[in-house]
Amino acid sequence: MKTKRKTIRTVLSFLKGSLPLCVLSLLLALISVALTLYLPLLIGDAIDCIVGEGKVDFETILPLLQRGAVCILLTSAAEWGMAFINQRITYKTVASIRRKAFSGLQSLPLSYLDSHPTGDIVSRVIADADTFADGLLMGFTQFFTGALTIVGTLVFMFVIKPVIALVVVVLTPLSLFVSRFIAGKTYSMFRKQSEIRGRQTALIDEMIGGEKTVIAFSEKENVCRRFDEVNGELVSASLRATFFSSLTNPTTRFVNSLVYAAVGLTGALYAMAGGLTVGALSCFLSYANQYTKPFNEISGVITELQNALACAARLFDFMETASESPDPESPASLGTAKGAITLDDVSFSYVPERKLIEHLNLKVSPGDRIAIVGPTGCGKTTLINLLMRFYDPVSGTISVDGIPTRDLTREELRRNFGMVLQETWIRSGSIRDNIRMGKPDATDEEVEAAARAAHAHGFISRLPEGYATVVPEGGGTLSQGQRQLLCIARVMLTDPPMLILDEATSSIDTRTELRVQKAFETLMQGRTTFIVAHRLSTVREATNILVMRDGNIVEQGTHDALLAKNGFYSVLYNSQFEP
Amino acid sequence: MKHLFRFFPKYRKEFLLGPFFKLVEASFELCVPLVMRAIIDVGIAQSDKGYMIKMALLLVLLALLGLISSVTAQYFAAKASVGMVGGLKSELFSHLQSLSYRELDTFGTPTMITRMTSDCNQVQSGLNLALRLLLRSPFVVFGAMIMALTVDVNASMPFVIVIPILLAVTFAVMLVSIPMYRKVQGKVDGLVGDLRENLTGVRVLRAFRREKEEIKEFDRRNSGLKREQNRVGAISALLNPVTYVIINFAVLYLIWRGALRVDAGKLTQGDVVALYNYMGQILVELIKLANLIIQITKAIACANRIEKVFSVESSLSEPENAPEETAHGTVSFENVSFAYAGASDRSLSDITFSCEAGQTVGIIGGTGSGKTSLVSLIPRFYDVTEGKVKVNGSDVKDYPSGVLRRKFGVVPQQPTLFAGTIRENLLWGDENADEETLAEAINAAQAADIVRSKEKGLDEEVEQGGRNFSGGQKQRLTIARALVRRPEFLILDDSASALDFATDASLRKALRALPYRPTVFIVSQRTSSVRYADVIVVLDEGKAVGIGTHDELLVSCPVYREIHESQFRKEGKAV
Repeated sequence: MKTKRKTIRTVLSFLKGSLPLCVLSLLLALISVALTLYLPLLIGDAIDCIVGEGKVDFETILPLLQRGAVCILLTSAAEWGMAFINQRITYKTVASIRRKAFSGLQSLPLSYLDSHPTGDIVSRVIADADTFADGLLMGFTQFFTGALTIVGTLVFMFVIKPVIALVVVVLTPLSLFVSRFIAGKTYSMFRKQSEIRGRQTALIDEMIGGEKTVIAFSEKENVCRRFDEVNGELVSASLRATFFSSLTNPTTRFVNSLVYAAVGLTGALYAMAGGLTVGALSCFLSYANQYTKPFNEISGVITELQNALACAARLFDFMETASESPDPESPASLGTAKGAITLDDVSFSYVPERKLIEHLNLKVSPGDRIAIVGPTGCGKTTLINLLMRFYDPVSGTISVDGIPTRDLTREELRRNFGMVLQETWIRSGSIRDNIRMGKPDATDEEVEAAARAAHAHGFISRLPEGYATVVPEGGGTLSQGQRQLLCIARVMLTDPPMLILDEATSSIDTRTELRVQKAFETLMQGRTTFIVAHRLSTVREATNILVMRDGNIVEQGTHDALLAKNGFYSVLYNSQFEP
Repeated sequence: MKHLFRFFPKYRKEFLLGPFFKLVEASFELCVPLVMRAIIDVGIAQSDKGYMIKMALLLVLLALLGLISSVTAQYFAAKASVGMVGGLKSELFSHLQSLSYRELDTFGTPTMITRMTSDCNQVQSGLNLALRLLLRSPFVVFGAMIMALTVDVNASMPFVIVIPILLAVTFAVMLVSIPMYRKVQGKVDGLVGDLRENLTGVRVLRAFRREKEEIKEFDRRNSGLKREQNRVGAISALLNPVTYVIINFAVLYLIWRGALRVDAGKLTQGDVVALYNYMGQILVELIKLANLIIQITKAIACANRIEKVFSVESSLSEPENAPEETAHGTVSFENVSFAYAGASDRSLSDITFSCEAGQTVGIIGGTGSGKTSLVSLIPRFYDVTEGKVKVNGSDVKDYPSGVLRRKFGVVPQQPTLFAGTIRENLLWGDENADEETLAEAINAAQAADIVRSKEKGLDEEVEQGGRNFSGGQKQRLTIARALVRRPEFLILDDSASALDFATDASLRKALRALPYRPTVFIVSQRTSSVRYADVIVVLDEGKAVGIGTHDELLVSCPVYREIHESQFRKEGKAV
């Protein structure tokens, strides 16, 4: 209940910006309800003029009907305006919630994103937001008018005949009680449905994403079985949620029919005694109908809102995830770094129970080329995570040009690094836009020059539309090597003072690599470079080789010095020539 | 919506009973104005209190019967819609799994995910509403009209005029808004794609400090969606007010006509009240119908998008029976050419080579030279454009795909692991594998130390996409997975790229020592990985420029020599 209230508060805070529109919507609702209620009154009066054969008062009926016509036109205009405004409010609110979720995403710590399935986050920001929008819209259109209609009807009824109004008031709580009871029950069901749906989306995301592997292993049946299991769970949860929530309508309608019967009976008894005209009775019956309709709607809206709130809660959960440690208030200025990097007693682990990097010390002078080698899983990638501040060290300090990186904004730090990752990432869009990623204002000539320098120009110009060729996310039919060349071209374009190359050349064939290395050679001139590499030809040119094992640097030195040492490095190196 | 309707027979009972009970409920509801008329014309006119109470009790009875039948109806509707969409999802998922690489390349992951998730949800709620209300509302509308006609034909003329107009208006709004809703869904797709990219590419995007631009781009799409939603909203918001105007003008007309008829002595006051009540019922139902139609329109748009996925069939033919296998362990390419769907250039042209059982084949060549395409043809992930690929002496097209692929252990370039445990991932190779087989595979794949380093060993959790393992660890685990099935053929597509030389060398040694002696295809860019292969195929821009052993190729193939020397330069010795 408490979390629900919190969710509602958050929703309201998002609505704040639309306050004038909300007021206007309320105003229009007021007008349309008042007029809607006035119409039966006019018609009741008209019916009273139709007493029997030869006793119809046409003189009075005509103006009544004219007034009715005006009333109808005004009502519908107000109604349309209200629906239109409500939609604007809803879509605006959801768009701003999505926007906030998305911009929050940009400052989420990598540790969160690394440990949460993509599909789950997508389902929250897209599907949950959609359901929430639907609920909110229904809430707006029907909740306001519904509540106003109830109040308005009661007022009109009390004015005409208090006793009959009293009958209605006595029976009303029954309806409220029923719908509240059902709504309370269904909230948890909807949450459960939403939770299972999240799991299902994660599975879908994973299996569709890894589809080619599924096919290669002919694992279709197993995968489908797993899907069907979750699907089965979802079906039974959905069935419960759907059925119970759809009970609201019939039960409130039943209560309403009771009200209708009671009004009909008491009204008729009064009419018999002469205390009420038939026109007034028909007006009352019409009110009883109108009065009960909002109950139907409101209870429908309440179930819908429960669902919407459950979805909003999941979305807000995500949005409230703690973001990265904020950038310093008054950040130090680095400008274009010279490229001296120091690691001072740095310790780091992803999970506290499992230590990874401990007390690491390292001094790198500007222009140094540092090669990091070692068996897989020895902490090479982790070092990159720390240098780029994707993760912060648990203790110790990393400094660039003597300035601790935590005193810099991440933006300032990253601007000084160029990075090519082992797992390439190409976004959907044109080749040109992909290269331009780090420097959006680069001219076409600059892009082409960077591509030439990265030896990517050749294959790009062979593509059907050259630089304008649009590739899907992940690179589509581009080969692994081509993707890597693109990633290198990106860095070429930004021309940063420090480079991080994570096995950048591992998938490029050595013929291309030779050329790329020449280009890098120029680029690396006077720039600090970290290369995580297995290729010894790359390593040979390094000023310093860090040999890593289990998170620690076990050997350090130049290629020749390390070989002469005949230690772990020489084992790694010589294994190349074994069959 | 063909596929949705295929589930109809399974839920025939629910489909008939749901709407049926709704109609029963509606019939009870239609009796209410008649009872009211009786109260006015008989009860009030004759001052019969007992009669009035009896009639009021009749109203209560009608309400109770209505409640029972509508609860029953809701149950059947929920069961049918949830069950059917559950079935649809399952079938859609399995259909997606049956597509070939070629179709997957064209669909793209985000599209397939929206089809499976939000589209299916929309269909479910639309279907549920349709079952509950689609028949009920028109039934009440026409029912009310017929009841009105029984009261008085002449005074009921407004009904006869108004109902066709209302239906026309409703359908017009529907016709205009359906394509608009489709456009909205397209925008949602774009938003999903954008969001996914930001999640999968988070490291690169942050490294390039793209955060602000990404927010701007998302904003652009987000407001595009908002605009589209507002547009379609403005149209669909018209439906209710227009309905309201038409109905109520009809009421005014009804009162006028009724007044004339009563004046002429053809009608009673109670009759007019009853007619007025019927008009009221029609209004309520039509407003429901309008909302319903909006929902259903959305659902139909989604159902059509789902249907489109179903309409794409796997491009690979599927023979019934396995062919006779004459030469076990052999693979041969006979003048094979291959082009990707939509590509103008061939990725492979006129490749011919063959290998014997137990041999190792090395495939080497530059970036984009067609290495991956070549090995993708052997387990028939794609069909050749020309020529023939034969496995065990028979054309791969003659094998049922399951039979063919079970012979292969494939290790793709991008190592993909799935959420679960290490063991579950390995069992993909062969679900009946025993501990011994698993251990053998793990050892050969040089993955023993990964398993050892994990607290729970084989039962260590693997997160989605194997995120909690490094690239090299993933590669070794995917190799182990391929070995678990003790395949006749093993394909390693540049699978050692993230491994250091020592591990790579031990891996190759272990593969050669496997007791079941698979035929091995190694795709690599390192000559050190393929130099001991029995046959090496050197590819250059899709053509085989050299086929032979390491020593032969060093002499005869300049491309091979160049690659080799680039890797061993400055050594002074070509080992």
